[in-house]
Amino acid sequence: MARAEITALLNPRLAVRKRIGTVAYVIFIAAILIGLAGLASLLLRVLWQGAPWLSLHFLTDYPSRFAEQAGMKSAIFGTVWIMGLTGLFTVPVGVGAAVYLEEYAPKNWFTRIVEVNISNLAGVPSIVYGLLGLAVFVQILALGRTVVAGALTMSLLVMPIVIIASREAIRAVPSTYREASYGLGATKFQTVKDVVLPHALPGIMTGTILAMSRAIGEAAPMIAISALVFLTFIPTDPLDEFTVMPVQIYNWVRDPRPEFHGLAAAGIIVLLAVLLSMNAVAIYIRNRTQKRSEE
Amino acid sequence: MQLSRNRKRGALQGRIVHWLFFACAAMSVITTFGIVASLLRESLGFFGEIPVWEFLFGTTWSPILKDAEGNRHYGVLPLVSGTLLVASIAAAVAVPAGLAIAIYLSEYAPDKVRRLIKPILEVLAGIPTVVYGYFALTFVTPLLRSIPIQVFREDLIVYNALSAGLVMGLMIIPMVSSLSEDAMVAVPRSLRHAAYALGGTRLEVSLRIVVPAAFSGIVASFILAFSRAIGETMLVTIAAGATPRLTFNPIESIQTMTAFIVQLAHGETPHGSLEYNTIFAVGLLLFAFTLGMNVLGHFLVRRFREEY
Amino acid sequence: MTTTEATATDTTLSVTGLDMYYGSFRALRDINLEVTRNSVTALIGPSGSGKSTLLRCFNRMNDLIPGARVEGQVLFNGEDIYHPSIDPTEIRLRVGMVFQKPNPFPKSIYDNVAFGLRINGFRGNMDEAVERSLRRAALWDEVKDRLKASGLTLSGGQQQRLCIARAVAVQPDVILMDEPASALDPISTLAIEDLMRELSRDYTIVVVTHNMQQAARVSDWTAFMTMGEDRAGYLVEVGDTHQIFTNPRDERTEGYITGRFG
Ligand SMILES: Nc1ncnc2c1ncn2[C@@H]1O[C@H](COP(=O)(O)OP(=O)(O)OP(=O)(O)O)[C@@H](O)[C@H]1O
Ligand SMILES: [Mg+2]
Repeated sequence: MARAEITALLNPRLAVRKRIGTVAYVIFIAAILIGLAGLASLLLRVLWQGAPWLSLHFLTDYPSRFAEQAGMKSAIFGTVWIMGLTGLFTVPVGVGAAVYLEEYAPKNWFTRIVEVNISNLAGVPSIVYGLLGLAVFVQILALGRTVVAGALTMSLLVMPIVIIASREAIRAVPSTYREASYGLGATKFQTVKDVVLPHALPGIMTGTILAMSRAIGEAAPMIAISALVFLTFIPTDPLDEFTVMPVQIYNWVRDPRPEFHGLAAAGIIVLLAVLLSMNAVAIYIRNRTQKRSEE
Repeated sequence: MQLSRNRKRGALQGRIVHWLFFACAAMSVITTFGIVASLLRESLGFFGEIPVWEFLFGTTWSPILKDAEGNRHYGVLPLVSGTLLVASIAAAVAVPAGLAIAIYLSEYAPDKVRRLIKPILEVLAGIPTVVYGYFALTFVTPLLRSIPIQVFREDLIVYNALSAGLVMGLMIIPMVSSLSEDAMVAVPRSLRHAAYALGGTRLEVSLRIVVPAAFSGIVASFILAFSRAIGETMLVTIAAGATPRLTFNPIESIQTMTAFIVQLAHGETPHGSLEYNTIFAVGLLLFAFTLGMNVLGHFLVRRFREEY
Repeated sequence: MTTTEATATDTTLSVTGLDMYYGSFRALRDINLEVTRNSVTALIGPSGSGKSTLLRCFNRMNDLIPGARVEGQVLFNGEDIYHPSIDPTEIRLRVGMVFQKPNPFPKSIYDNVAFGLRINGFRGNMDEAVERSLRRAALWDEVKDRLKASGLTLSGGQQQRLCIARAVAVQPDVILMDEPASALDPISTLAIEDLMRELSRDYTIVVVTHNMQQAARVSDWTAFMTMGEDRAGYLVEVGDTHQIFTNPRDERTEGYITGRFG
């Protein structure tokens, strides 16, 4: 068959294909706009309904049956407690696990299991961690519905995030640094402690903040462990009962009275403000280290 | 002499440190073991009284309230259908939107635009789920009810699967879009060039070359997002209702597996009671569902990585 | 109009005063070149002299690079391919390309060849068209029993011939080849060279190569490029391949060729 005959059988319809391309482009942009519009309306909704309820006493008062007098003091203190202890439990273990996997682990089936296991743990629904905490910490270890039980549960929940982020940070430390350290006669532990971890620190910190911002918004597992009633005291030791901000917000949302929805929105503003500042810190750390490594 | 003693001490220290780090890593395996063991242990109490088949295939779920004859029912299907209903609505939103966004970001967007849009979308993934619950209940449901069609204006009740599902879709968009985008970005540039050189338009190159080449990664993003939707708790607890019902009608109130667990997990349920064990049985089922999907998802991601 | 028709008979591509920029960096300076129909033209020159860049100017692949822009004129069968009314997609359909590294799609052998025909609305017999293209690329006998197998299961040399079959399928006028054999073993390289000779009866071929023997063996015309102080590539000399290799007019050409041969 001659080439002209074949070319004649082609029907490229460029104009049509171009028009389809344009339509598709519009659809792609629309999808992005849907996402952005959803985010914008969520934030505006929260601000619009919550702003009138924000005041200083909202932060310093206990919850109350009367919307005008209600505040989230106990929730804020509970969150601070939980975050503090969670950080304390998670960071050493999480970083330790990352160090093991990156620096020590032999390439064998056990390591492989640990790795697969960590990525699967990251996908376990948070309420299941709540059940774990309920069964193990609250019941078997008889810690009761206390701050420490909550923090332990939360630690297990965010552990995979810390491990994964720390591993990436450790992996990013150039191997020449390690070789230089060994060359000076340092032991493996000294190399890890004095060379690898300091260089991986910014990445580890960013990952930890990420994990904490996940933890601070988690309500489901805390409902299984915190006191659901309106608490009118703040925890003073790890074996006290507690409530946290998202659980307090949940309590207000499920109240049918519209005033309480206003309180919920105000609580959300506080929660989002905390999250925003945590992320700002994370971004700051990341940018600073990026700049440093570019120099 | 001195030197060798030091070295010995160093070796001992090294071993201790090694084992400490190992213990940290082993924690994750212990956690998994703890999850499985505690779910199984408490479920065993449940399955001691309720046959497994009745649980898995029963069509009525009322473990707390007795019916007219004074019986309780432990058929989990209504919770499963509620869960799947909400997750499917979410997927119906997030799969097309997330894929479209991924194609745009990977194939169309100039670098500057991509760097602007990606972090904004990630914000969606970082917002706590109670906030989405609040949004679905106090904004989306009233919004739907203001649509002047009878189904929405009159039949849609305050707690419904539809608004929970729509908002959940919004929530998991970034999961679909960023995982799919990762898969598409990993497709070698040379394949795109070959397709352009054959006279392909940008859309054809995207849909006929890049998307098929990234297919397993894209499917993995769908599966992982769906699994996330199934495990999502607060949003559905707040907005989808507490009425276990075997239905696929989105305007009805339903209950998901997770919402049921929340309903009974707090305080008042006495330890060791059948109600208490019930939440673990449901938790076990939920865990099995999500684990299965996650394993499949990660398998696909890995297989995809090996292709290039 | 008459001049266009006159050139259309023996010149497929005609480049005048072509400058090409990547952002603010000028990669090509004042290129003037005529590519003769149904022949092989080899582009040779040191690394970074802009051979690939020039090749990509012929089918507007540079349009895909952000910040890339072209000044001057490229006429394809007398038509200015950078004219605002011209769709680059249309140019690429008629000016095909084969790349340095074989890059079959992760699809079946059949679908690889059929791809260009499908997107361009081919209405003829697809099976025949695929077979014809595979035969042209001297691959048919090796793959006729496994057309459904993935193109990635072929050897490197076979993959490159598949890419040639894929490019030939839509019957372009020109086939651009950027170091098509540099990633292949000597035997596969010879097969590709034979193929180029054979294809040049019906197609205009422009090939970039670092291999002087190859240029001498396969090409009818040779263009030598190099670059200036500012790293902008330019054309030093174009001519009959025999003349370029035996009796170059420019000493830079001679230096390059003898250096590369030796
Ligand atoms: N996408 C691009 N963006 C910016 N500059 C580019 C790009 N591609 C090539 N260049 C620059 O243009 C110049 C010519 O590059 P080109 O790849 O055309 O050279 P070449 O002659 O094909 O070299 P080689 O023989 O190594 O393939 C080089 O200085 C190169 O750095
Ligand atoms: Mg080149």
